[in-house]
Amino acid sequence: MWSYVTRRILATIPVLGVVAVVVFLMLRLSPGDPAAIIAGDSATLDDIAMIREQLGLDRPLLQQFVLWVLQLLGGDLGNSIYLSRPVLGLILERVEPTLALALTTMVFAMLLAIPTGVLAAWRAGSWVDQTIMALSVLAFSVPVFLIGYGLVIGLSLELEWLPVQGFVSIWEDPWRFASHLVLPTLTLGLVYTALLARITRATMLETLNEDFIRTARAKGLGEPRVLLLHALKSASVPIVTTIGTGLALLIGGVVVTESVFAIPGIGRLTIEAVLQRDYPIIQGVILVIAAVYVLVNLVIDLAYPLLDPRIRF
Amino acid sequence: MGTTTLGVAAPARRSPGLLRRMRRYPLPTLGAVLLILLVATALAAPWITTHDPFEMNIVDRLQPPSAEYWFGTDAFGRDLFSRTLHGGRVSLAIGIAVAVASTLVGLVIGVVAGYFRLADAILMRVMDGLMAIPGILLAIALMSLTRASIAVVIVAITIPEIPRVVRLVRAVVLTVREQVYIEAATAIGTRFPRLMLKHILPNTLAPLIVQATYIAASAVLVESYLSFLGVGTPPEVPSWGNIIAEGRLFVQIAFWNILFPSVFLALMVLSINILGDGLRDMLDPRLARRL
Repeated sequence: MWSYVTRRILATIPVLGVVAVVVFLMLRLSPGDPAAIIAGDSATLDDIAMIREQLGLDRPLLQQFVLWVLQLLGGDLGNSIYLSRPVLGLILERVEPTLALALTTMVFAMLLAIPTGVLAAWRAGSWVDQTIMALSVLAFSVPVFLIGYGLVIGLSLELEWLPVQGFVSIWEDPWRFASHLVLPTLTLGLVYTALLARITRATMLETLNEDFIRTARAKGLGEPRVLLLHALKSASVPIVTTIGTGLALLIGGVVVTESVFAIPGIGRLTIEAVLQRDYPIIQGVILVIAAVYVLVNLVIDLAYPLLDPRIRF
Repeated sequence: MGTTTLGVAAPARRSPGLLRRMRRYPLPTLGAVLLILLVATALAAPWITTHDPFEMNIVDRLQPPSAEYWFGTDAFGRDLFSRTLHGGRVSLAIGIAVAVASTLVGLVIGVVAGYFRLADAILMRVMDGLMAIPGILLAIALMSLTRASIAVVIVAITIPEIPRVVRLVRAVVLTVREQVYIEAATAIGTRFPRLMLKHILPNTLAPLIVQATYIAASAVLVESYLSFLGVGTPPEVPSWGNIIAEGRLFVQIAFWNILFPSVFLALMVLSINILGDGLRDMLDPRLARRL
């Protein structure tokens, strides 16, 4: 078992290494002089030279990379060009809204998607199933801003039930924190719900055809027990895997949703950085997000035996 | 003469089968019809629109939909009907370009990875790394590297889509190369290029067409997100994301600024996705049962 765990943990190193190389090379291999692009249209030659030196762009490529990786391993993501502050600190300042939105969305989506997917698989082919599947295609296709602004116009501007936009820290006022998250969560949750409902349905369909389900029914277990304790439990591995890989989709959605609802999270930080060509921030965000993604998927992989005792490492 | 006869005669002969298929798959047919309508309005935009999409009438700014301005006007008094239809051209061009580009690049990398063991290890690690970065985030980062243009948007959306195509092609190649008929072909001395083109690649065609359709839908959506965030298509181009980004400031007083382009966007993505599901069911029954 331990050899598998060690191998799985070690396998994350090349993935993160590739992310680092991609992030590093992106700026260096881009068409044109990156220092000039970062400096902007009104920059003088001195400004460009300063930025080039600040980012170490004047040194040989390999040397730059080694220095940069050593820096990263020491937990230093570099400094923002415009704010002259450590990137890690800037990211940590903005992490609460993003984390809150991602978590509420995930919980909302799971609570809605898993029962829906189980229902669709249980009544496969019926009008219930067809409606659920059609709605999931719809949820995949409707842009975040149509749902977002629709909810804002209906529930916030017309009915004045919920705040229009913004974010309040949970430490400041838990109630207002929650009320500000309702609309963003609904907006972002639909796509993720559709993704999870589809995989739940697909896996449940396969599981429900297996012999042990027939046995469970034959020995007189009630349908809820068969569906939830036998089928869903055995179908849980692909569902949880999709929750992990779907994280990439979720984070992409968070960036857009933050913009719709003016939430000052990591997505807004990234967009601000792009508009100011503050490249160290963009690099830092990508590295941190990719690391979180890889870590979450590692934990999920290692948790398989807990979900399904048939899996042994 | 010969071509016209062929063009007319061929569908006529196949039409009974096509009609039966359309009845068997009502939803994909609906998606296809919707998509054809959207494509037609986008292509015909210069002839069916009532105004120049760039023409400003400051007096008529933020007008609600009317007989003169079917979808209303924006903050500069520009006709939203014309802008929305022209926006369809941008989305369509980007959707098709990204689907074609990512499929072709992914096909080449996937074949190499599936056939050459040594390259496989390296290429798949690179793909795993790329997949660890959320697509939109990677596209945003790529957009920051150079001056925005439609070509740059296409490249920025294409790169994050490539790993999925590579995985698909590689999986097919890995399965097919173990088949007995490949062994037979090799035994009678078939050379690599012919083996690839005649015996292996045809197997990737059906799943690739399905995947390319989904990629086109996703690309249309991602382009609108990038433009909405202000890091996509140059702001002077009337793409749906740009129209919505400008309209968001007036959500409260002129919601039609974001309503019409959003609905067109949703319908286009929806119709492409439905078409993709239909193609999947028709071309690849094994995949259909799995998802």
